[in-house]
Amino acid sequence: MSANNPAPAVDHDTVPPANTGMLVAAGILLAVPIIALMWVSSYAKKGPELAGFPFFYWYQFLWVLITPAFTWTAFVLVRKARPHRAMTGTTEATR
Amino acid sequence: MSATAAYAASGLVTAVPATATKGVNGVALTVLIVLFAIVTVMGFMATRFRRAESMESLDEWGLGGRSFGTWITWFLLGGDLYTAYTFVAVPAAMFASGAVAGFFAVPYTIIAYPIIFVFMSRLWSVSHRHGYVTTADFVQGRYSSKPLSLAIAVTGFLATMPYIALQLVGIQAVLEVAGVGGAGNWLAKDAPLFIAFALLAAYTYASGLRAPAVIAFVKDLLVYLVIIVAIIYLPHKFGGWSHIFDAAQTKMAATNAVTKKPNGVFIPGAKQYWAFATLGLGSAMALFMYPHSVTAVLSSKNRNTIRRNAAILPAYSFVLALLALLGWVAIAAGTKPIGLDGKPNAQLVIPQLFEDAFPSWFTGVAFAAVAIGALVPAAIMSIAAANTFTRNIYKEWIKPTASPAEEAKVSKLVSLLVKAVALVFVLTLDKQNAINFQLLGGIWILQTFPAVVFSLYTKWFHRWGLLVGWAVAMVYGTMKAYQVINPATGKHFGGSTSLIPVIGELGYIALTAFVINVLIAAVLTVVLRAAKVSNGVDATIKGDYFADAGDPRVQPANVGVHEVTGTP
Repeated sequence: MSANNPAPAVDHDTVPPANTGMLVAAGILLAVPIIALMWVSSYAKKGPELAGFPFFYWYQFLWVLITPAFTWTAFVLVRKARPHRAMTGTTEATR
Repeated sequence: MSATAAYAASGLVTAVPATATKGVNGVALTVLIVLFAIVTVMGFMATRFRRAESMESLDEWGLGGRSFGTWITWFLLGGDLYTAYTFVAVPAAMFASGAVAGFFAVPYTIIAYPIIFVFMSRLWSVSHRHGYVTTADFVQGRYSSKPLSLAIAVTGFLATMPYIALQLVGIQAVLEVAGVGGAGNWLAKDAPLFIAFALLAAYTYASGLRAPAVIAFVKDLLVYLVIIVAIIYLPHKFGGWSHIFDAAQTKMAATNAVTKKPNGVFIPGAKQYWAFATLGLGSAMALFMYPHSVTAVLSSKNRNTIRRNAAILPAYSFVLALLALLGWVAIAAGTKPIGLDGKPNAQLVIPQLFEDAFPSWFTGVAFAAVAIGALVPAAIMSIAAANTFTRNIYKEWIKPTASPAEEAKVSKLVSLLVKAVALVFVLTLDKQNAINFQLLGGIWILQTFPAVVFSLYTKWFHRWGLLVGWAVAMVYGTMKAYQVINPATGKHFGGSTSLIPVIGELGYIALTAFVINVLIAAVLTVVLRAAKVSNGVDATIKGDYFADAGDPRVQPANVGVHEVTGTP
């Protein structure tokens, strides 16, 4: 594709370019809560208690709070990592 | 209806032992009826909400014109996923058998969102580029395989039906504790439920997806109000959290007279780790395979709405976790959930706890929260089931020439029919059947995951491999669920866990079936690809999976369905 072409034709049968590192980081942020909660033996115990709640229970409440923060960060990362590539420049765009 | 009339009509005076219930709770019932009436009016007025030129297309009626933003989608999904049945059944499971059967709902509803974050935007994009309304539409476009698409559609339809029926069970639980609808002649017994559902059917018919979107605001408001009050007031009233957890531990550790085993689980032991984890993971993966979840996601206005929602939806999980623990508050409170037939029924524990502990008027508000909480998902589910039937069964197999207006008409009628069947189901069959089928529905719906989600990323899997994998997993899952015997009653469909082959621990049947599904699909794919069997024509291109609002062909469609369906 020549650089001096003002409107280069984009092949839309390709995946839009992305920053792989940021996508991986987002993936890790999304995977952590899943792994943490699937690893039941790490939190299936009574102590230490918090305000009368056994560890097993307050620990899961904690993840209810942590997970949205992780997911939101992943959202910001993903949007930066792969900016939207407008689907123009194809014949079908003219409908 | 005056409370005394209901009291006389239901024949409770003689039918109920004095210890079981105080009869009709007049104030609570009045508050319930008033709130219910307000919601009904809102439902009918919803047609005006983000008004469209006409409701005569499936996109308008069934997807609300695909125009909902983050907050409406949040309410819609919340109204959709956290149903009355959740509010009744999760604490009931905690009350009766403890943490594995009940509290798994918490990790389940936490990890569901990172999971959907990953693939739901792709489904949104490709669906909007090609005018897909259901997952079966997408599979059809990807593989041009009518049998595979039909398998996905039928699974979705069948899995949703008992879910709708369960919403009725939720309403019935509230009505029963309020003192109506449990005893006496069949007319007095079933009339309230019948009226509630007739109203629901009428405004869903008129307003489509806009009705539940509007009512969901009221539902969430009521539910949050009730839960916050309950969670602050009740633990304090019954001795504080320490005492409540102690009471629960004592009950769970005590030996059950029938099974000679402990009543339940206070904190999962080593033998229950797999069950707890697989129940959470399997349910989380299954949640967004249900047609009603897909409907709610596709009705959002751009591809990022669902990702933003994935970050804010866990707010509901917090409420759910607190709600689950109310099952244990009821243990400490000594709540006795006894039905109007005089038999113990754990499903009544939360309504009963509310009635025992709250002043009558607030009990009414709480009951309204549960009842309205049942209507919203029931409406969305019946719309989604109807969309699936119309698009993938009626138009595909029965009448391919159907016009958009005709599609919308069939959809409306099917949504009525689906609700009618659910009503008949609940009124004529044992409630336990609804719960059994719901359990089966969860196992079934997860088996559509490979064909739908994997195909969003790759066309490596072969359509026939996916179909055979699905079929084997359906049979395996159904068989295994049937074989689970309830230790207390000796009946089939006693639970959702059985031994995982090879691993040898108890695990969620749906997830085991899913693994078998994927293995078979993969092996057959290798074979079929080697044999060069056609994998169908793919209507989608890679860029479709990243399309967003504003791209060609991607628009909130207030035109007929087919004008947005691109050339294949």
